[in-house]
Amino acid sequence: MVQTIIDTANHLAGYAAKAARVKVIAAYPITPQTTIVEKIADFVENGQMDAEYIRVESEHSAMVACIGAAATGVRTFTATSAQGLALMHEALHWASGSRLPIVMAVVNRAMGAPWSIWPDLSDSLSQRDTGWIQFYCADNQEVFDTIIQAYKLCEDEKVFLPAMVCLEGFILSHTYAPAKIPDQEKIDAFLPEYKAGWVLDINRPYSHANLVSPEWYMEFRYMIQEAMENAKRLIPQIDKEYGKLFGTEYGGLVEKYMCEDADLVMVTMGTMGSDAKLAVDKLRKEGHKVGAARVRVYRPFPTEEIAKLAEHTQMLATVDRHISFGMEGFLASETKASLFNRKDRPLVAGFIAGLGGRDVTSETIERMAKKAMKSISVGSVKKETEWVDLRE
Amino acid sequence: MVTIKELSKEEYLLKGHAACAGCGPAVSLRLLFKALGNKIILVVPACCTTVIQGPYPFTSSAVPLQNILFESTGAAASGIVAALRQRKIEDITVVGWAGDGGTVDIGIQALSGAAERGTDFIYICYDNEAYGNTGMQRSGATPYGAWTTTTPSGKKERKKDMPLIMAAHRIPYVATACTSYPLDFVNKLRKAKDMKGTKYIHLLAPCPTGWRYDTSKTVEMGRLAVQSGLWVLYEIENGKFRLNVPSDRLVDKTKRKPVKDYFATQGRFRGLTEEDIQRIQKWVDEDWEQYGKLTSNNASDLAMHGKI
Repeated sequence: MVQTIIDTANHLAGYAAKAARVKVIAAYPITPQTTIVEKIADFVENGQMDAEYIRVESEHSAMVACIGAAATGVRTFTATSAQGLALMHEALHWASGSRLPIVMAVVNRAMGAPWSIWPDLSDSLSQRDTGWIQFYCADNQEVFDTIIQAYKLCEDEKVFLPAMVCLEGFILSHTYAPAKIPDQEKIDAFLPEYKAGWVLDINRPYSHANLVSPEWYMEFRYMIQEAMENAKRLIPQIDKEYGKLFGTEYGGLVEKYMCEDADLVMVTMGTMGSDAKLAVDKLRKEGHKVGAARVRVYRPFPTEEIAKLAEHTQMLATVDRHISFGMEGFLASETKASLFNRKDRPLVAGFIAGLGGRDVTSETIERMAKKAMKSISVGSVKKETEWVDLRE
Repeated sequence: MVTIKELSKEEYLLKGHAACAGCGPAVSLRLLFKALGNKIILVVPACCTTVIQGPYPFTSSAVPLQNILFESTGAAASGIVAALRQRKIEDITVVGWAGDGGTVDIGIQALSGAAERGTDFIYICYDNEAYGNTGMQRSGATPYGAWTTTTPSGKKERKKDMPLIMAAHRIPYVATACTSYPLDFVNKLRKAKDMKGTKYIHLLAPCPTGWRYDTSKTVEMGRLAVQSGLWVLYEIENGKFRLNVPSDRLVDKTKRKPVKDYFATQGRFRGLTEEDIQRIQKWVDEDWEQYGKLTSNNASDLAMHGKI
């Protein structure tokens, strides 16, 4: 029976790990992630979850323990934020290089120094090149649904890669909202028991991840790239299938809102996607042809979808809750990169907003949109990157 | 207690491995397999065994071997043990096999965490007293006075006493061993295999390449280390300390060879002055007074803490 609960996105992540019948959890506390692993600890200790819970001494060990467990053939889960994710960095490479379908909730938090516990996406975006699939969620329900979908995707033999399911700290992590938890039997049917691609097996004794010479290394990298391309094809299918079964669907790689006839599309990630929709509603009422596109999957990057979006649009304005110092936001860079070789490419302007938890509302996005529309009227973008609501 | 005749004839360290001639760790790895059989999963961080096992698509290990990050043997083993338990597989022993750098320096956190959690596995630190795989740089296990490429005039600090650090975790079994005493090592591994919880064995494994001695002298080097009392064979079983053969006969100072005999055999100690040697001899003698007390008390965990 479908159960409707009112709970935080972090607890929903815990419910998702339980619904996915995760077998090993290795976790370490960090704000704002902690309530996920607290919830799971409750589930395990009160017998609602048949799983091993390893209370490791660091995030680095959390990821490596997940690698060890996944290599032994079971479904694994962990969660972290910011510094914890950065500490995991080399292990993230090891997980994807070992082709282990670990799923991790990343509760986005700004990186120190200076200390901040508030959200931005620089923690997970800094892990862009680790070979992990990256999802970004806009609400509590999507956090639950995406974790289930992520296992389905990652464990597909055409993929066998790990995934981060990212949700912004506090905006989602600690915010109560209604959400539906589908019937367990239906989830089991959608997400059958994990079948490992390889496993540490005394009857098939191999050295796993041993030294690889230049004659072979590139092929292993190419296979990861192929797996990412496969993931790009599979994600929309899985999203659709999930939608049919459970009634929630997120547009696959990119959630589009009133983009068909839009002159300007606001391109966002995470919760800003919801604010962008509100901004679009308001702007449409005022007669502006504006749409919103939320990049739900950042790795693999939806290059083709972005290019398609641009076909009938005069301008794309990206909003990054992130900055790659010395350049611009990744979303801006990669949006531009997706368009470069196309004829009639639209203008692209990049906005940096909401770093370290600075509030971004629909009104903020409305202002960005209006600024962007000025560029359309003059036919050029004056400033490639604009920081929004910066103190003078 | 196993005898040499009873040792398994099976070879799980396969021919064609890539160890240096005279490699102590390779000799001991072969023995480890003989002691534990092939129902094991070996966890290997960055260390000489990364090379010894051979490159893809080959392997010299006839047991499943998980290569893992330098500092993370304890964590990887924790994950494997947990997953085996979930899969209700009870007859496989998880074994961490790591060098001294990967144990006493960069890997100490993950190992300490795994031990504190009581992870059911055997961890062996094969100690060649430096970062051998990268060409002999100083580690926390390098002894005082030894030349390494990063201590060209000799290390100024003493060797970290890792077995006692592990004993402080109150794990059921801590033991020392040495490549040159194969049956002692085999028996300790077998004992460890039959115990639950974290078992730690610190194996002194001579390294001709780094220690600068002839490749035919590996066994001799280990013996001298033990006979001079610089390396002590003991075990701490459920908190009870016990010296093992032949270290148990060395409480009497006159039975121990002078440490200078050991130093004279290795190029890495060429820079030791007479003063250095006297200083080290004094340290060794002081340590042995403690070992003597532990033995005469018939040992206890309290005594161990006294030593610390």
